[in-house]
Amino acid sequence: MSENPKKLNLKQRYKLLTRGLDWETTYQPMDKVFPFDTFEGIKIHDWDGWEDPFRLTMDAYWKYQAEKERKLYAVIDSFAQNNGHMGITDARYVNAIKILLTGVTSLEYAAHRGFSHVGRHLRGVGPRVACQMQAIDELRHAQTQIHTLSHYNRYFDGFHDWRHMYDRVWYLSVPKSFFDDAMTAGPFEFVTAISFSFEYVLTNLLFVPFMSGAAYNGDMATVTFGFSAQSDEARHMTLGLEVIKFMLEQDEANVPIVQRWIDKWFWRGYRLLSLVAMMMDYMLPKRVMSWAEAWEMYYEDAGAALFEDLERYGLRPPKYADIATKEKNRLSHEVWSIFYNYTHAAAFHTWSPEDNELDWLSEKYPDTFDKMYRPRFDYWREQAAAGNRFYNQALPQLCTTCQIPMGFTEPDDPTKICFRESVFKHERYHFCSDGCKDIFDWEPEKYVQSWLPVHEIFKGNCGGTDLKDVLKWYHLNDGVDNMDYEGSPDQRLWAEWTANRSKAAE
Amino acid sequence: MTRNVTITFQNTEEARPIIEAIEADNQNATAVVMPAMVKIDCPGRLIINRVTVEEKIGRDWDLQELHLSLISLAGNVDEDDDRIIIAWGS
Repeated sequence: MSENPKKLNLKQRYKLLTRGLDWETTYQPMDKVFPFDTFEGIKIHDWDGWEDPFRLTMDAYWKYQAEKERKLYAVIDSFAQNNGHMGITDARYVNAIKILLTGVTSLEYAAHRGFSHVGRHLRGVGPRVACQMQAIDELRHAQTQIHTLSHYNRYFDGFHDWRHMYDRVWYLSVPKSFFDDAMTAGPFEFVTAISFSFEYVLTNLLFVPFMSGAAYNGDMATVTFGFSAQSDEARHMTLGLEVIKFMLEQDEANVPIVQRWIDKWFWRGYRLLSLVAMMMDYMLPKRVMSWAEAWEMYYEDAGAALFEDLERYGLRPPKYADIATKEKNRLSHEVWSIFYNYTHAAAFHTWSPEDNELDWLSEKYPDTFDKMYRPRFDYWREQAAAGNRFYNQALPQLCTTCQIPMGFTEPDDPTKICFRESVFKHERYHFCSDGCKDIFDWEPEKYVQSWLPVHEIFKGNCGGTDLKDVLKWYHLNDGVDNMDYEGSPDQRLWAEWTANRSKAAE
Repeated sequence: MTRNVTITFQNTEEARPIIEAIEADNQNATAVVMPAMVKIDCPGRLIINRVTVEEKIGRDWDLQELHLSLISLAGNVDEDDDRIIIAWGS
């Protein structure tokens, strides 16, 4: 380090960026200018106690973000120029990124809105700057995902109206309701939910092994935006950890409030990631690691280290984390089964796994797969081959909290569906788990307002009562975007390409 | 037991000298290569020194260039102009 007295060091530069920019208001009381940062009960005595560990100043931020963009767009360009979509392992893979575009991209945009809001409403300037930078990152993530995946939209079905679908399609209410829940909470709960529980504790499971899987399957465009976004996430994770430590250090009375949020948002996030479990175990033709292995690496090991570190503040690991660990050998199989049942109403395809894929699952899940799931898939495959591909014609009961169809099983009995219920103001509400029931019971007034897709169909709010009417209302092209991969336009197109390729090779 | 801290990089030309510098300065670090990425685990504490990276690449290197190839990390971060430390415990 050069000892140039005129040159500020990193700590000084960061301090100049984040201190002394604000002022005590005089025309209006501070509580009226910042009306949302006290009602949750979080007590802050010294906002300057906030220390961002990555002391990124604005000039450095723009410089490095611009560099990331240049690299990413160079990859996107060359992917398009070289017909990168033809180099992927198999067109079934594309269905995983249909879920990514329809489910995750809108969450990035929601995160942009959420952090802009919080970046206005926390009265300390340090966290405000951090939230504003993150808001810009999240907008970048939404944009780069849209740009990257627009290439696939030229060739494959189901990508055409992701924004519209996000507000309407039944399974997309799972991510949407998750984020709406966070955005309608107070600012401290929002950052605990998104920055800590979701980004620090859980998103590694989405953006790290799944993106590595994208690379393994020849999708260089997706892996590049994935890792480009993830390079920001690493910064967001440090923000998440900082916000927790900041609240806990400020006042002991904050501890139980933060603990309850961690319990809630761990479970909310874990349920949301069950979609990722399915993507990893069933939708990558070449697999990097199983959901169970990823859970062990990113939750059981990394999470244990994290919560051991947070013990000194009086925090314990999230409630029901043990249940999530119990579910690791069944989660992806249960969720894939739900989607196999309802593929006629989804904007992506499902299929019967091939023999080598079933063998991989048997190997990765030695205690559960052959016993409980393989016979089911064999049977479905036989039926499909005989012309009886099964589509469930009854609408499923949904969990009022996570909004996933009630297909999860009892923690100690994976052969029995788990049902929980609560009565509130003479109405009965249903849940997939104790975790989801607890969340409802704490704030029933909030969750009785949930927009549950199945209820709304029955209420006549989704275009009609017939499946065809509902699909039209979803902007889903019936017979094209939905149904089994076998016989889909995607499959025919892929078969044509690969036939041409082997012809050219002769 | 000492828990691992971890840091994960893209498996790129740009990240390679950083990974090499970490391996040189942290004897207990182990690097696992996965498709498109490298995950480094180290018990308790891990340091990235600016000077070591500069020696590997033969030019000035700003520690914040790290952000260009970083994917993920676990541990408490402490950064100044010369080094980044990732550690569990205070």
